[in-house]
Amino acid sequence: MAPPQSSAPAIALRGTSYRVPGGPALVDSLSLEIPVGATLVLLGRSGCGKTTTLRLMNRLLEPTAGDLLIEGRPVKEWDLIRLRRRMGYAIQDVGLFPHYTVERNIGLLPAVEGWPAVRIRERVRELLALVGLDDSLVSRFPRELSGGQRQRVGVARALALDPPVLLMDEPFGALDALTRAELQGEFARLQQRLGKTVVLVTHDLREALLLGSQIALLEAGHLAGLYTPEEFQRTSDPPALAYRNAFSAPNRGTAQPLPPPPRRSGDPA
Amino acid sequence: MNLLDYLLAHPREVLTLTLEHISLAGISVGIAILVGLPLGVAIARRPALARMVLGVVNSIYVVPSLALFGFLFAVPWIGERAPRMAIVALSLYALLPILRNVCAGILGVDPAVVDAGRGLGLTDGQILRRVELPLALGVIVAGVRVAVVLAIGIATIAAAIGAGGLGELIFRGLAMVNNSLIFAGALPAALLALVADLSLGWMEGRLRERV
Repeated sequence: MAPPQSSAPAIALRGTSYRVPGGPALVDSLSLEIPVGATLVLLGRSGCGKTTTLRLMNRLLEPTAGDLLIEGRPVKEWDLIRLRRRMGYAIQDVGLFPHYTVERNIGLLPAVEGWPAVRIRERVRELLALVGLDDSLVSRFPRELSGGQRQRVGVARALALDPPVLLMDEPFGALDALTRAELQGEFARLQQRLGKTVVLVTHDLREALLLGSQIALLEAGHLAGLYTPEEFQRTSDPPALAYRNAFSAPNRGTAQPLPPPPRRSGDPA
Repeated sequence: MNLLDYLLAHPREVLTLTLEHISLAGISVGIAILVGLPLGVAIARRPALARMVLGVVNSIYVVPSLALFGFLFAVPWIGERAPRMAIVALSLYALLPILRNVCAGILGVDPAVVDAGRGLGLTDGQILRRVELPLALGVIVAGVRVAVVLAIGIATIAAAIGAGGLGELIFRGLAMVNNSLIFAGALPAALLALVADLSLGWMEGRLRERV
């Protein structure tokens, strides 16, 4: 493993693009730098390229143009498996292994890394405590957990090898509003303690403002703007303004009655 | 009760033929699993290849089993011994359900789970062994179950080329117009199929309920 260059950002995108052969560019010459220890939120509506950007970082997708540097080294020079194990990965709907217990889900990466069983068991307990779960859950299967518990296990699993970077794709997306708020708050505290570099994909403005140290607003594969949470709330940039308005509008809008359906000539009166 | 006359009068012969029957079907399904598992994994990754391979294996079913045994007479080494021919033919029949279910089982694994494994840094081999195959196992066992029942049934016909098994009693009974002889072969064969079906069905159920 190469020693990280102290000055290099944890992740740097330099004109990175990804386009499906024969299709449009899902990510279009994106340039971003994520300093070590920062939490970058990729914010945007569905289809804006935020998940694609995340998947470029651990090479689940290969950039079709431009460079992507991890700790100063081009992503292609990294050993693929090493690279991914240095970047914890937690996704929406978690993708927990349904045939494994909580213990084996969290302990899988340590196991394939050849850790001794005793150390894996200790690590699993440690991680469960870290994400606020009780030890008694170790022998449960994912289907026996609540949505919130599953998400916590997903985060614990991503942290198993203590990776310096954590990639999260809508990690709290599938939860009800109350549980989501609870987990977001806990994650914010966890993040302060762990000091990892986090890249978090979300469309949830509240989540972005709460968790991000930087917010990258994406639109159609482009970077529409890069802000701190404070800047994002003050800026009058049209894309950011539109996004803020979209989030404050529904509270007023949903109560309006639906317009009557247009009547077609053939309908009975 | 003269249906059981022969069974009771010649227990050793019935037992020997039953064991022959089990080994014919067992070895054939074993070979079909050895071929079908890696081949099924390979075609699950390549849809174009899957269509081609499944088409070819499917077409074996067009050949009536008796004719397939006949064709194999002409093949060197295999054609020299009747059990060899029978095992090759039965393996070919058993291949389709196994191949198809290995492929379907692997394709049926939730892509989000595979994606999570890949993103976490599992190698392709680790994903196959630790995620895809275990999750596909219920479907794979379902295919093995069909293959076993099929092989036990078709193995009775193998007696027509002198490969042994319970079909011997059935064919002898048909030639001698002796019902109890026919039943002495048919009954154990049916019981074998039933027991195999029930036990593999139970196993399949156990494997599927954890997913």
